[in-house]
Amino acid sequence: MTITEKKNFRLVGNRVPRHDAIAKARGEQLYSDDWVMPNMLYGKVLRSKYPSAILKGIDTSKAKALPGVHAVLTWEDVPLNQEVTKFGQMRDVGGGFEGLYKVLAHGKIRSKAEPIALVAAETQELAEEACKLIEVDYEVTEGVYDPREALKDGAYLVSSEDDTNRIMDTMIRMGDVDSAWDKCDLIVENDFYATPHDHAYLETESGMAWIDENGVITMRVGTQVLEHYRTIANVMKMPHTKIRNMGVPMGGGFGGKEDITVETFLCLLTAATRRPVKMVWSREESIECHSKRHPEYLHYKTGVTKDGHVVAQEVNIVLDGGSYTYCTPWVQMYSTMNGAGCYHFPNSRCTSVSAFTNNTFSSANRGFGATQTNFSYDRQMDIIAKKLGMSPYEFRRMNVLRNGDPQHTGFVPQGHVALTELLDVVWEKLNEVPKVDYLPDGRKFGRGIACAQMGYGRLCFLHDNSRVALRLELDGTVTLRAGVPDLGGGQGSVLAQIAAEEFGLPIEDVHPYVMDTHLTPLCGTTTATRQLYMSGNACIEACKPLKAALARKAAEIIKATWWPVTTEAGYEWEPDIANIEGQLEFHDRKIYYAPDPQKCVDFKTVVAHISNEGGELFNEGQFNAPAVEVPDLSDIKGQILPDMTYTCHGVDVAVDEETGEYEILRLIAAIDCGKAINRNSCEGQVEGGAIYNLGWVREDLHWENGITKANNFSTYLIPTAVDAPDVETILLESRGGIGPYGAKGVGEPADNSICPATVNALSDAVGVEFFCTNVKPEDVLKAIKEKNKKNK
Amino acid sequence: MSNLLPLTLKVNGEEKTFLASPHASLLRVLRDNYYWDVKCGCEEGDCGTCTVLLDGKAVKSCITLAHNCAGHEVWTDKGLGYNDEITRMIQDAFVECGSIQCGFCTPGMIVAAKHYIDHGGIADRKEIRKAISGNLCRCTGYNKIVDAIYKVAVELGREVR
Repeated sequence: MTITEKKNFRLVGNRVPRHDAIAKARGEQLYSDDWVMPNMLYGKVLRSKYPSAILKGIDTSKAKALPGVHAVLTWEDVPLNQEVTKFGQMRDVGGGFEGLYKVLAHGKIRSKAEPIALVAAETQELAEEACKLIEVDYEVTEGVYDPREALKDGAYLVSSEDDTNRIMDTMIRMGDVDSAWDKCDLIVENDFYATPHDHAYLETESGMAWIDENGVITMRVGTQVLEHYRTIANVMKMPHTKIRNMGVPMGGGFGGKEDITVETFLCLLTAATRRPVKMVWSREESIECHSKRHPEYLHYKTGVTKDGHVVAQEVNIVLDGGSYTYCTPWVQMYSTMNGAGCYHFPNSRCTSVSAFTNNTFSSANRGFGATQTNFSYDRQMDIIAKKLGMSPYEFRRMNVLRNGDPQHTGFVPQGHVALTELLDVVWEKLNEVPKVDYLPDGRKFGRGIACAQMGYGRLCFLHDNSRVALRLELDGTVTLRAGVPDLGGGQGSVLAQIAAEEFGLPIEDVHPYVMDTHLTPLCGTTTATRQLYMSGNACIEACKPLKAALARKAAEIIKATWWPVTTEAGYEWEPDIANIEGQLEFHDRKIYYAPDPQKCVDFKTVVAHISNEGGELFNEGQFNAPAVEVPDLSDIKGQILPDMTYTCHGVDVAVDEETGEYEILRLIAAIDCGKAINRNSCEGQVEGGAIYNLGWVREDLHWENGITKANNFSTYLIPTAVDAPDVETILLESRGGIGPYGAKGVGEPADNSICPATVNALSDAVGVEFFCTNVKPEDVLKAIKEKNKKNK
Repeated sequence: MSNLLPLTLKVNGEEKTFLASPHASLLRVLRDNYYWDVKCGCEEGDCGTCTVLLDGKAVKSCITLAHNCAGHEVWTDKGLGYNDEITRMIQDAFVECGSIQCGFCTPGMIVAAKHYIDHGGIADRKEIRKAISGNLCRCTGYNKIVDAIYKVAVELGREVR
């Protein structure tokens, strides 16, 4: 465990307004759908009519003949229709990790989201009209919609490119599970189901593309992965220098803008028409056609002693990968790693398998595989605690991971493990309100707690890195350039805050220019809760040589200004440059000699001196995460992720036993963020993550044989301001992370442990165990009725 | 585009004449004429990102027929911010309280807040939550949005005693 050294912060830790907040408040911020160009066309995707079929033929002649239609493209028009899926990794990891990226349908149609053809027309209405005129010859097939069925011998084969529905197998083990069952006094087995979940960002997928004067296909598309330009260039058979995305802030991402969305379609249409093309997905198209959180079927067998010590746990997971591979192998790694949970099982084994189905493809969604297992293991812990007659708090506290405990791969994280502190603080906070059986209004009361761990930073075998560039301006301000996609977390702004802290400048003196594939140094993906950790560290790296040059020059100036001094004894004394340099502090736009702060020089004066002498005022810094080799997937060992973030949530619910309707009375969200850099942003992640994951408990996509029934906001009900309780946020700041100043990543971990805490509270209220993440009021009512029937 | 009819509206204090088809929504007319701060999140009246003030009342412009608004007064977040002190207070409070993450719901949310404050809204978290319940936000969990509107209500002397 490392505790980063203390420092007197002037900006870090404050509630600093983000550089773009005023623009967003005043309605000045432009998003992907807010651009037009002269002569622009509208693009539209024709999607499959069926979730499972064989594409026999496409007749586009009628659509092409419609006046005002300028392009109708099918798979034959795509220069490279099949490519390997990448997610911005700097290292080819190949194998099962990089699945097929098929641009337009050919062969088997794997889901209803499958794009069949692209249209560009003078208006949106004409583009829609043209899509209707495309005649597609489908041979409808039976399909398979449950991954457990898909894995059986003789199951319908989803893909025409593979001879199996199996995507990947993984296993992690520790100790000896098989012989450990004998040492257990109690063995509990349960099956859990984690439902698909939609990101439901308010901005649907959109953007535009055009060809610039030098033949560069240029886009304005909000994406979490700028590095997709490489794949798009490969698809277009163009050099990587000629596909550019001038990234745009996203109206929310949550993992759903981690895959390529409109980019390739726009590039194909603009190349075919030589005209600018805009494409905007409707809400229905968005929900039906972008990725989903992986539905997972999880079997848990857990053994404990009668005094409450966990001994052994066996976990089997089946993931529904849906129609294409995309992030499935990565998500599966997270599920397998987190299968046994944040508890110290001396013996554990977690096996997982993923399969193709004809459902919409599964990929990244905030929580990334960790959240499905988290629901299951923390439900399981609750059920066991009841059987042992222990409080859910006491049982967890006895068994959670502590500093020095290995993960189930045997790796001991370097960062601080705050699970006991988090449990203590949440339990204490919950118990400020005494637990009752019934509320005065007659509703049944329930209380639940859950904790979780999740990594921040990407899988170490991807050899992740990030870069940030800084330029000192002649007026003493700083220009920061970073290819950091901002999905709303303040990923760009926080880098400016770090640079301002380092240079001792007010926040307004550092301006970030962000998100351009070719004009800003690439920071890697805004995924895996990695930007603060990776790019924050890269920013500090970028500052170092500039600070050293500034310090050297400042020392010279200070020495020349204030020394020599004549002592009373008549000696002339002066310190050497190195001595002064070592005792300088940067703050308030000045550089101070710390032992005597009157001796100081303006920051901009120092910059002017360096500039006059031809010194370098520019630097790009790179940060590399710990790197390992690709593990043996059948027995994963060692370091898989850089470090972990820990959370704990407490929930009080009130249940109306007549209707099953329930209300979240209190929601306590605690996290060890290591160090809050921007306090507002950090709390914002914790609060937003809590309500996002609380939404998972009631949101219901309602899939039926590959068809998404809840495809708009009238049917897919995300929490409104009245559904959401006030979140009581607790930030622990252990300084024990490996991000800047000891920070840990919070974005995705903030999305864990709330779903199990809520369902634990519901179970506590009504005295019935729930095994699915989705617990709607009708499920609660049904459970109450069944319980009453049994008790009669 | 056939069948376009002239439509005169007062938008953000300026009288404007647009050409719009009879079935066009107010959202489409505004966005087609570069009022980009009126966002489109669903176009079905569910998400509230397109909320504008129509004659002082917050409406969802995607389910408001544009031609029905002929001769009426429309204000968007951006227009209000530069003309109306209350809106500017709400905007500043959103910035200060960290109420903005991706920002896509923000203009509509601020218009909903403006409606609440204009209609006597008080510093009461439950009432504020009700007032913005037609405006979805997926990023913030609403806490800090409620904080900002609460702050403005307090600044206007609307505390609950």
